[in-house]
Amino acid sequence: MSQVTMTVNGKEMSSDAEGRTLLSQFLRENLGMTGTHVGCDTSQCGACVVHVDGVAVKSCTMLAMEADGAAVSTIEGQAADDGTLNTLQQAFQDHHGLQCGFCTPGMIMSAADLLKTNPKPSEAEVRHHLEGNICRCTGYHNIVKAIMAASGQDVSSIAAE
Amino acid sequence: MYNFEFEKPSSIADAVAALGDEEATALSGGQTLLPTMKQRLASPTKVVSLLGISEMQGICTGDDGALCIGGATSHADVAAGASAYPGLAALAGGIGDPAVRARGTVGGSLANNDPAACYPAGALASGATIVTNAREIAADDYFQGMFTTALDESEIITEVRFPVPQASNYQKFEQPASRFALVGVFVAKYADGVRVAVTGASEEGVHRWTAAEEALSANFSADAVPAAPGADGMIADLHGTAAYRAHLVAVLTKRAVAAAS
Ligand SMILES: Cc1cc2nc3c(=O)[nH]c(=O)nc-3n(C[C@H](O)[C@H](O)[C@H](O)COP(=O)(O)OP(=O)(O)OC[C@H]3O[C@@H](n4cnc5c(N)ncnc54)[C@H](O)[C@@H]3O)c2cc1C
Ligand code: FES
Ligand code: FES
Repeated sequence: MSQVTMTVNGKEMSSDAEGRTLLSQFLRENLGMTGTHVGCDTSQCGACVVHVDGVAVKSCTMLAMEADGAAVSTIEGQAADDGTLNTLQQAFQDHHGLQCGFCTPGMIMSAADLLKTNPKPSEAEVRHHLEGNICRCTGYHNIVKAIMAASGQDVSSIAAE
Repeated sequence: MYNFEFEKPSSIADAVAALGDEEATALSGGQTLLPTMKQRLASPTKVVSLLGISEMQGICTGDDGALCIGGATSHADVAAGASAYPGLAALAGGIGDPAVRARGTVGGSLANNDPAACYPAGALASGATIVTNAREIAADDYFQGMFTTALDESEIITEVRFPVPQASNYQKFEQPASRFALVGVFVAKYADGVRVAVTGASEEGVHRWTAAEEALSANFSADAVPAAPGADGMIADLHGTAAYRAHLVAVLTKRAVAAAS
């Protein structure tokens, strides 16, 4: 065991971790932040995506010790302190971008990663960026729509709700 | 995953020393190794991260004009930074998905030598030099069949040098579930001839398609690509038969030449 310290959503947090402790496990079990979901645990589904030093990674496929000293953002840090959803979260709600919600934390974190470098992505660019995020409910359509709406684009011509 | 001791040295020398223990394994992006350890197909007692070593990061141009990529440079950094070799930058940008590209590295990919991986095709078609802590290995000697390379136990890839071709292109026929190559072909045209490397197709792993190299060296056009190679020795699985893969080799080579010229 050694102590691992990271700045999570702006707050410094520490806990003891084993070599094998995954970042996803550290966030969920050591820090009690269960917003980051673990779907496949094999780096396929993207439910566990968080940002480490500003870059989207699958937290089930990174050791907690590799994130020692890093700045980590998770879904818990996306809404304002009073609970007001950010633009992307609100767009997911408005455009029915989620059903069971299991994939949503990873979808939001991956989408935020895209909008940072590409503020007005095309539909094809959104779909391409989400290749590593699997959703078993929505058929992706409303997820894509929500992300395009959050980037300030007119989505009225994109087909049915 | 069984527990292990974790070390993150900041120099190549310290990493080599840490890897001297028999049960130690190098960890780069972890995109292959960590899933393997979760399945208990690997159970090192010590894991040595190569990501704290600044001399293994980054992209530069060597005196001979070759593109030199640090062994621990991520696919995302190569996609964004290898503009001197657009065919290779595009290959890196097409690996997996954004989160995989953020962590996965060129050294990890070449050390693993997955028979469906992209980088082995890029390195072999470029006649790249694999630089390790101990020596320099020509790509033609480096790849030795599926998941097998010339690397010794605990030898680490510190840099890869890619001679920059006049024209190049990588065509990957994606296996949609894994996003690896069902078949991938990298074509690189140099002043002294054309090199064609094929991944995903053969039971021997990545290999050169010499018949196509000869034809394309004489006439670099899609029409010059020979008929598909034989299906003998091609991989057959639920995603495609051997004949299907052999057919793809020729189709993708044509597409790569058309896109490169
Ligand atoms: C969902 C998904 C999709 C993917 N899609 C593709 C794809 O389309 N194409 C493709 O090519 N790959 C793909 N990959 C694999 C990806 O590119 C991996 O990143 C790569 O194969 C391994 O690199 P790594 O840095 O993660 O290595 P690690 O997982 O850290 O290590 C892999 C092996 O290499 C050894 N090693 C690591 N670095 C070195 C070094 N510098 N010197 C010597 N040995 C070393 C390790 O000990 C280990 O045995 C995919 C992976 C995932 C999870
Ligand atoms: S839980 Fe990490 S990718 Fe599925
Ligand atoms: S909303 Fe259920 S998995 Fe995406």
